[in-house]
Amino acid sequence: MVRSPALRRFFHHPWVLGVLGILTVFVVWFLATSSGMVDKLFLPGPGAVWQAGSDQFQQGILVKDAIASIQRVFLGFVISAGLALPIGIAMGTNRTICHLLEPLMGLIRYMPAPAFIPLLIIYFGLEELPKVMLIFIGTFFFNTLMIMDAVKFVPSELVETALTLGGRGVPILTRVVAPFIAPQVLDTYRINMASAWNLVIVAELVAANEGLGKRISLAQRFLRTDEIFVGLIVIGLIGLIIDLGFRFLMRRACSWAN
Amino acid sequence: MHLQVSNVSKSFGEGRDRKLVLEDISFELVSGQFMALVGSSGSGKSTVMRLIAGLERPSEGTIHLDGEQVRRPGSDRGMVFQKYSLYPWLTAAQNVAFGLSLQGRGKAEIRERTAYFLDVVGLADAARLLPRELSGGMQQRVAIARALATEPKVLLLDEPFGALDLQIRESMQEFLHDLWKTTGLTALLITHDIEEALLLAGTVHIMAPRPGRIVHTVAVQLDRSDLRHLRVSQPFLELREELAGRLRSLDGSLL
Repeated sequence: MVRSPALRRFFHHPWVLGVLGILTVFVVWFLATSSGMVDKLFLPGPGAVWQAGSDQFQQGILVKDAIASIQRVFLGFVISAGLALPIGIAMGTNRTICHLLEPLMGLIRYMPAPAFIPLLIIYFGLEELPKVMLIFIGTFFFNTLMIMDAVKFVPSELVETALTLGGRGVPILTRVVAPFIAPQVLDTYRINMASAWNLVIVAELVAANEGLGKRISLAQRFLRTDEIFVGLIVIGLIGLIIDLGFRFLMRRACSWAN
Repeated sequence: MHLQVSNVSKSFGEGRDRKLVLEDISFELVSGQFMALVGSSGSGKSTVMRLIAGLERPSEGTIHLDGEQVRRPGSDRGMVFQKYSLYPWLTAAQNVAFGLSLQGRGKAEIRERTAYFLDVVGLADAARLLPRELSGGMQQRVAIARALATEPKVLLLDEPFGALDLQIRESMQEFLHDLWKTTGLTALLITHDIEEALLLAGTVHIMAPRPGRIVHTVAVQLDRSDLRHLRVSQPFLELREELAGRLRSLDGSLL
């Protein structure tokens, strides 16, 4: 189909194909709505969504909502990631700690985090704390167990070499284990960050004064599908930016692993 | 330097699963000596090395280095593993410097010694390369330089060339022989390759499997001025064949 090698190279570039995929959906969306086949109330056109978005932006709602959601995600996730790192390393290096905690964490991990919302509201009310706690509960156990696994895969030769070079104790952790698992830890965080975003929206749908999820649930009440689309797209974009950020960090900090 | 291995036995597991891996191993190694332990897989030769390195403890018997009992790993016994032992996130130079910086030596000293030992193994130009950018033979030379940099009393080599192609293995054997001649290091080599042991070591212990034990010891007296010539010389080939026959009969008695 594509004859020229230059053109083929162009189309085989992953970015080109990715953008092409997104554009296709936009075109289909545009054609479907502008043809008048679909009720605008159910599926507003790209123009209407853009309009709703820029309205929200000009009123300052969009930025305020985004900041509220991002703050919750980051607070919950930073606590989760910060605690998961030492506990995961401890479980990966010490058999007693692993046997003590692994079954417990394996159990809690399978409890759906949103099921904790009623309890969290009873315990902590409707403020920020229950939302941050939800993100913590939903990501901490996955983070910890995945870091533990990464530690268990540190080749014994690397640790034993350090021992025969006179290393012992903490330096082995900081200078052998930590650098070796760094790429997997970043990847773990990247993957579980997606659940954190799911959970913040769920929490805001249930109870919040502001936030991207809250805005979506308000839009539903007034049948503003255009605003729902604004919320969805903004959430997607923020997630994508965070994901790319982690990938960038990984390429820069752990170039040896690529 | 005096390494004394006395009546060492080692078993793994408990109760009915208890398995004797080494039985009554004794030998001694003195400064400047190059010794090899040869045996097929299952002869426990790697376990001997891990016991000396302090990575395992003997079930019975003792290991003394200069009169002091070995109880844990230490930089007085440098170790080179078969593979995967370079830190993939560190350059060749940083790998060589790793032990020195673990010991908290001064920056200037680390830089100087790293450059010196990279030069000793002929890799001064590769200082800034990552392990994945080095060939298998170069990686093992970095590992040897790293072990030498902390000035161990004895260098423990656990099948150091076992993962390399035949041709590279031969040039690495020549490299190790030259290194031994120029630096006067003391080395204990573990290998399954009789030729390698005979080329390099003054004393070769043959080990039998299940349980691992030393069954035969040879003092090798060959002219090592030209290893390439030695490989195909008559006395060398005869000695190699004799020992190969012994190893074969050990394996045969298991069938």
